[in-house]
Amino acid sequence: MKNRVIYLDNNATTPTDPRVVEAMLPYFYEIPGNAASRNHPYGWQAEEAVDYAREQIAQLIQVDPKEIIFTSGATESDNLAIKGVFEMYSSKGNHIITTKVEHKAVLDSCKKVEKMGGEVTYLDVQNDGLIDLNELEAAITDKTILISIMWANNETGVIQPMKEIGDICKKHGILFMSDATQAVGKIAVNPREVGVHLMAFSAHKMYGPKGVGALFVNRKNPRVKVTAQMDGGGHERGMRSGTLNVPGIVGFGKAAELSSKEMATDAARLSKLRDKLEAAFVSHLEEVYINGNTEHRMPHVTNISFKHVEGEGLMMTFNQEIAVSSGSACTSASLEPSYVLVALGLGDDLAHSSLRFSLGRFTTDEDIDFAIKAVEEGVTHMRDLSPIWEMYKEGIDLSAVEWSEH
Amino acid sequence: MAYSEKLLDHFKNPKNVGTLDKSKKNVGTGLVGAPECGDVMRLQIEVDEDTNTIVDAKFKTFGCGSAIASSSLATEWLKGKSIEDALAIDNMAIVEELALPPVKIHCSVLAEDAIKSAIADYKKKNE
Repeated sequence: MKNRVIYLDNNATTPTDPRVVEAMLPYFYEIPGNAASRNHPYGWQAEEAVDYAREQIAQLIQVDPKEIIFTSGATESDNLAIKGVFEMYSSKGNHIITTKVEHKAVLDSCKKVEKMGGEVTYLDVQNDGLIDLNELEAAITDKTILISIMWANNETGVIQPMKEIGDICKKHGILFMSDATQAVGKIAVNPREVGVHLMAFSAHKMYGPKGVGALFVNRKNPRVKVTAQMDGGGHERGMRSGTLNVPGIVGFGKAAELSSKEMATDAARLSKLRDKLEAAFVSHLEEVYINGNTEHRMPHVTNISFKHVEGEGLMMTFNQEIAVSSGSACTSASLEPSYVLVALGLGDDLAHSSLRFSLGRFTTDEDIDFAIKAVEEGVTHMRDLSPIWEMYKEGIDLSAVEWSEH
Repeated sequence: MAYSEKLLDHFKNPKNVGTLDKSKKNVGTGLVGAPECGDVMRLQIEVDEDTNTIVDAKFKTFGCGSAIASSSLATEWLKGKSIEDALAIDNMAIVEELALPPVKIHCSVLAEDAIKSAIADYKKKNE
């Protein structure tokens, strides 16, 4: 019996790297200052630590440190960018374009904008999860002020054509915002290079602590401004009030520095392990489907449907040993399966049968070998229990069966 | 979500998994749910026609842990029961026995539907 749960849910959150924890520790007790305190050494030290972290983070994404606005996480950054642009640029227009596969932080911010009198276009994605650039361009009106498209999807890992989208935004003079939470620190992300003006990301998806994130706000050509969503002391160039989370920011900075140095090596190693996992399932089991584009995809993620097996039930066969997540409805409070997978045109049955494996810096070869064995046993066991697997094996056309919907 | 010991036991060691010969006159089959909804239960009963008693019950379920445990429990309860007593099985009894959380109550409803559907099938065959 292993004494540790194999963690393959790194898209939900990553473990904090011990080197990050070590960097943070002095800022809880020994250096307790408020970075906004200007009149004593504690305050100066805290400010210095925050400035240094800002540089470490700016370096990771190749921007100016002044363009980093600290927040409590990517959800807040998404809210600030979308609602903040909508309020700041209301004289220019009220239309926002986004996609149906965004994180809820973006979708729900857009819903709020609609309630505030804005108009939002939610673009479909193609079967591989990529947006259609022609559809994007066709959706642009003279009222469009913002295009918000995620860098990489949290469920499938699919990476959007950022440069091409940036070019369209530039051509039409529209601000480009991206939720890059799943991409930053894992692959090379350079907002300036692709024409992204606002970018949300978070420490805890890149081996930093929870509760701290950032919004990149472009300062030159164009100088972008967002209306603050939090009123108070006017911190972060007036865009985000609130005492800075100094230990969290120090950890965020350290995590960024480590990613700058290690992400290329991590990505190369993890993509091999991910491919090994996929290849094992595809070759050992029948009716296995990889969801989303496999070419434009994050190196550490795979989303797989094991047909005729329900995701939550499948996870329960091994969840004492392996942590993954599922697009099945049964893992959520709602009875709807993953809207991201449904947007890929998957069909509710395959969405219910999906598992997401997201590897990370601390995933080992042994972990993957163990996971392959455990998941394959689980799928076989669940198929032995599955009436629709039995029907499929008997050659019954399941789509012709009259099911009693409930 | 933390599940009860009883639920986990039914999930890990499901009772009465299998298939009865549905062509037999004294076997009733209930197939409820839909793959699109994330759960399908097939529950079968074999009835002793002389005593009107359920002598065997089998199931197969596509679904989450609660759906599998609910159908496993239902087959256990069915064995040895008369048709009338089987019809009286209420989904809330399953909820209580397995301590199903509120979001999983529909699994017990599905199990009750499966029981009723299997009995209806048996009755139809023996009209």
